[in-house]
Amino acid sequence: MSDISSQAPLSWREWLMTERPGSRTQARLGRTYTTWLRFCENKLALIGLAILILLLLTAAFADVLAPYSPYIGNLKDDRLLAPSALHWFGTDDQGRDILSRVIYGSRLTLFVVILVAIIAAPVGLLIGTVSGYAGGWIDAVLMRITDIFLAFPKLVLALAFVAALGPGIENAVLAIAITSWPPYARIARAETLTFRNADYIAAVQLMGASPMRIVLRHIMPLCMPSLIVRVTLDMAGIILTAAGLGFLGLGAQPPLPEWGAMIASGRRFILDQWWVAAAPGAAILVVSLGFNLLGDGLRDALDPKEEGR
Amino acid sequence: MSPIPTQAGSGRTSARTRSLFLAALRFLVIVATTYLGLLAVTFFIGRVIPIDPVLAVLGDRAPQRVVDRVREEMGLNLPLYQQFFIYVKGALQGNFGTSVLTTNQVMDDIRRVFPATIELATLGTIIGALFGIPLGVLAAVKRGSLADQIVRIIGLIGYSVPIFWLALLSLVLFYAKLQWAAFPGRVDVVYEYSFTPVTGFYLIDATMQGKWDVLWDLIRHIALPAALLGYFSLAYISRMTRSFMLNELSQEYIVAARAKGLSETRIIWGHALRNAAVPLVTVIALSYAGLLEGSVLTETVFAWPGLGLYITNSLQNADMNAVLGGTIIIGSVFIAINLLSDLLYRTLDPRTRTR
Repeated sequence: MSDISSQAPLSWREWLMTERPGSRTQARLGRTYTTWLRFCENKLALIGLAILILLLLTAAFADVLAPYSPYIGNLKDDRLLAPSALHWFGTDDQGRDILSRVIYGSRLTLFVVILVAIIAAPVGLLIGTVSGYAGGWIDAVLMRITDIFLAFPKLVLALAFVAALGPGIENAVLAIAITSWPPYARIARAETLTFRNADYIAAVQLMGASPMRIVLRHIMPLCMPSLIVRVTLDMAGIILTAAGLGFLGLGAQPPLPEWGAMIASGRRFILDQWWVAAAPGAAILVVSLGFNLLGDGLRDALDPKEEGR
Repeated sequence: MSPIPTQAGSGRTSARTRSLFLAALRFLVIVATTYLGLLAVTFFIGRVIPIDPVLAVLGDRAPQRVVDRVREEMGLNLPLYQQFFIYVKGALQGNFGTSVLTTNQVMDDIRRVFPATIELATLGTIIGALFGIPLGVLAAVKRGSLADQIVRIIGLIGYSVPIFWLALLSLVLFYAKLQWAAFPGRVDVVYEYSFTPVTGFYLIDATMQGKWDVLWDLIRHIALPAALLGYFSLAYISRMTRSFMLNELSQEYIVAARAKGLSETRIIWGHALRNAAVPLVTVIALSYAGLLEGSVLTETVFAWPGLGLYITNSLQNADMNAVLGGTIIIGSVFIAINLLSDLLYRTLDPRTRTR
């Protein structure tokens, strides 16, 4: 150990790539670095990452970036103006600047995506790992429930839930979360089944760890990579479902600048003032494309088996 | 789920019938529990989440007398499990109650509108498979080439685009600007009563009755929504085809076929695709199920009088019976398609037969 540290100072790169990491942190950082290098080879994935960073920045600095108010327009002179130097994306029927509304809408999109991920992913992870580790009738019951939810078409089930709960962005989030956990449970269970008979699990069992500890500390962390990939790939679907609910008038309510709802309000003028619906739809397309590209890249980087698929 | 008993049977055949019987039993149990779960979820949505289902039917101004009577009629005085029992019994007989909006039995409404959705989704899947499979094969064979990249981007956009937005823009282009497509709807009012719907699938009806002008009008109406749904499923099918083909092309039998001197066309289409076709059947079935769902948004944009439009219209009028009836029907079709594709997979792929 000491002779390594006494050598000439290593470059960061060498320190990260070393074959003999001196500490756990170094090993972890090294692995993250190699994953990052693999990820960077994928140009499309980098574009996806760039899009999402842009989305985050737009949402964070919406106040600064938006040239006009997203809620208050000039009803007298500015109704349904075509795109121009003053209003890049034109104005809507309330005389509001569409660019500003699209910029503020990024916050709502992030809100939906993050909340759904926070609710659905842990639920799926818990159900899947418990089911896979416990086996027997617990597994049978939990997987039947999962299958039942998988049997539902997502959008239709979300529609039914929102219909009962009442429209609104919080209820839309809840409905989407309820419909998106089953695939995560499936993945977590499949992963768990591959680990549960591994020697290290047997070793922890021998040391007297409780099932809860094994699931929480030794199984769940190993399920994370594939789960993260799946959640990232699902983000696009979540955005599209939320936009679909908004489009049907069941998601965010006016005057919130939610992209799907903006398309719905532009629908009335679509043949003459197409730009009202065009800009928010393009925003949805770009953001969900970003998530898809990033998800693909992550999958290739974290799981080399699947590369090129 | 239950392990197959390994007792020595009286003979080989009886053991085989027995395992077949058990497999069928298992299959039935899966169907039954899934369907029951479907009903439980919709029951929960319709009866438990709303604070007062009577309120949803009558509004808040009805006199107490009427409220009590409706509560009695809806069976809301009974304990929840009995209500569920009645609900399941009704649903099994195809009775989902009456639609508040149309005042018809929900099941009759659905029977009327469902063919329109099936027609659209079927055509969409056909388009998706017709273009998606060759594109996927091309991408796999020319892996890493420009063609591969283009197919990949076409697919990615298909995954990422909000379909209702694309539908609106395509209306602007093909209806308003180019005037190729017809106005949203299924058929022009002029032709609406010039043929008799027998099967409910208008394209088939018009063809059978030889009404060619009607058929042309129908095609002009269905072309745009079907093409959009087709693109939607093309994205999925081409991606999966590419993945399956890459898998097959790396197998040893391909090397053997090359060594034997078979032509590349024969190897790709005759050998590799033939083996990739088995999982592809599942993919196509799933994309068909996905289109039934995607039709909810597409039908809304194109005023297509199918199940999707029926559900959204009912939603906007708080007609829960109709919404839940439609949800159950789409859910049932989903279950059926999933099971069918599973069975098909087993019959088509000899490897899954021996366990």
